[in-house]
Amino acid sequence: MNLESLTHTSGEWLRGTGPESDIVISSRIRLARNLAAFPFTNRATAHHKTEIEAMLRERIAKLELDPKLAYINVPGLSTLDRQLLVERQLISRELAGADGPRGVALGPRETVSLMVNEEDHLRLQVMRSGFALDEAWSDIDKVDDMLEQRVSYAFSDEFGYLTACPTNVGTGMRSSVMLHLPALVLAKQIEKVFRALQKINLAVRGLYGEGSRASGDFYQISNQVTLGKSETTILSEIREVIPQIITYERQARQTLMREGRQSLQDRVSRAYGTLCSATMMTSEETMDLLSSVRLGINLGILEDITIPTVNELFIHTQPAHLQKLMGTSLDGEERNAARARYLRQRLREGGAHPN
Amino acid sequence: MKCQKCPKAATLHITEVLPEEQFEELHLCEECAHKYLYEPQQKAAPKAAEAPVGEEADEVSSLNQRECPVCGIKFVEFRNSGRLGCPHDYQEFRDELTPLLENIHGETRHCGKTPRRLPQSKQTQSELLQLRKQLHQAVTKEAYEDAARIRDRIRHLEES
Repeated sequence: MNLESLTHTSGEWLRGTGPESDIVISSRIRLARNLAAFPFTNRATAHHKTEIEAMLRERIAKLELDPKLAYINVPGLSTLDRQLLVERQLISRELAGADGPRGVALGPRETVSLMVNEEDHLRLQVMRSGFALDEAWSDIDKVDDMLEQRVSYAFSDEFGYLTACPTNVGTGMRSSVMLHLPALVLAKQIEKVFRALQKINLAVRGLYGEGSRASGDFYQISNQVTLGKSETTILSEIREVIPQIITYERQARQTLMREGRQSLQDRVSRAYGTLCSATMMTSEETMDLLSSVRLGINLGILEDITIPTVNELFIHTQPAHLQKLMGTSLDGEERNAARARYLRQRLREGGAHPN
Repeated sequence: MKCQKCPKAATLHITEVLPEEQFEELHLCEECAHKYLYEPQQKAAPKAAEAPVGEEADEVSSLNQRECPVCGIKFVEFRNSGRLGCPHDYQEFRDELTPLLENIHGETRHCGKTPRRLPQSKQTQSELLQLRKQLHQAVTKEAYEDAARIRDRIRHLEES
């Protein structure tokens, strides 16, 4: 797979299509699996890891998937390319930064990603644009079944799929939905939503998962519990709560339009104006401003730019993407200048792609 | 405002959402924030028990020193890292793990998907793990005849 070609697109999860895509960015399911006959990755010797990688790589290559997955050897990638894959959510920060033989198999549409020698021997991931957990589950279940025909998973009747960390044991499944909730943030109601979700054992995380902040008003809602509940139950618990959050966000947007239309309009226009004319821009500020612009488009306040373009700008202004697009590595200050220049150029073209 | 990790000005303000309705505020410059956000962080280990005293302490310390015969991990190492060493640990430390699982998941028994193909029996799984360990030792000691014999046994078990 050619990483250069990835740089110019926005990937499945930012396509901006699918059900409820004004609020739901993407749906994602991840399964943790281990080979029965090897120690877990953290305890595996270099020799084990080589053997695990070779075995899984070969079995993955034999999967009858159409189109085929492309296998990428992670240690062979530059730091920048690894970071590019992290920004696209195709590999975890852990896989990018680990030692030893490891890799990832990717589908051409970036919906499927199979990580080898992560915290668990195998981490399967399926991503879909919009609110599409059931479709994501049916995809990942199929790939899991196909792999299971070829390898012996560590499984016990009592504890289910055995994982390196007991927080994943059982189904090994983490399913999450990424939401854009700018109105709930503006209305200072977001913490109330978090508390309600935590009471029903759902976790809330920022854009880049564990230990990351919620920049651009993006939040990931996911299950905490993996043991004692079936995949179907876990999925339906999330499926039921998301429409409620969507409703709250829609209500908050309507209230803003009704009671604070002028200041909202001002906020959106200022954000757009800054993005069109600033000469230095941090990625954090970019995320915040793009978030306001995205809200403005969804409320019909702003018509000069489309949602797919804004989604693309969210990813293209991340550090690794920006450096790949500029074709050179840049330090912090240079990046801020390049980011501002890129944004000005894209927005002046009315959101059209420079190519 | 100054960055919390270096003398530069803080430009990024991060709110970490922690369990139990806690929030942590971080103020960092772009470089430090970048490091913070993109470099894997030390994950918190599952809650360790309160430090015990007296007789209980002896019991705990003997538990901590207990070792999985298959992968060699000591319970204390799991406590510190939050990561188990091999699938057999779930059997080996079953009694200790059960309350922990109850704490994390509210349940202790799997309910959901099962591999369609019958998995190798637990015994075979553990035997394979042990054989691989012996193989590694044999190779390290340059006992190649032993290594070849162990290798054949592994192949045989894998194919059965």
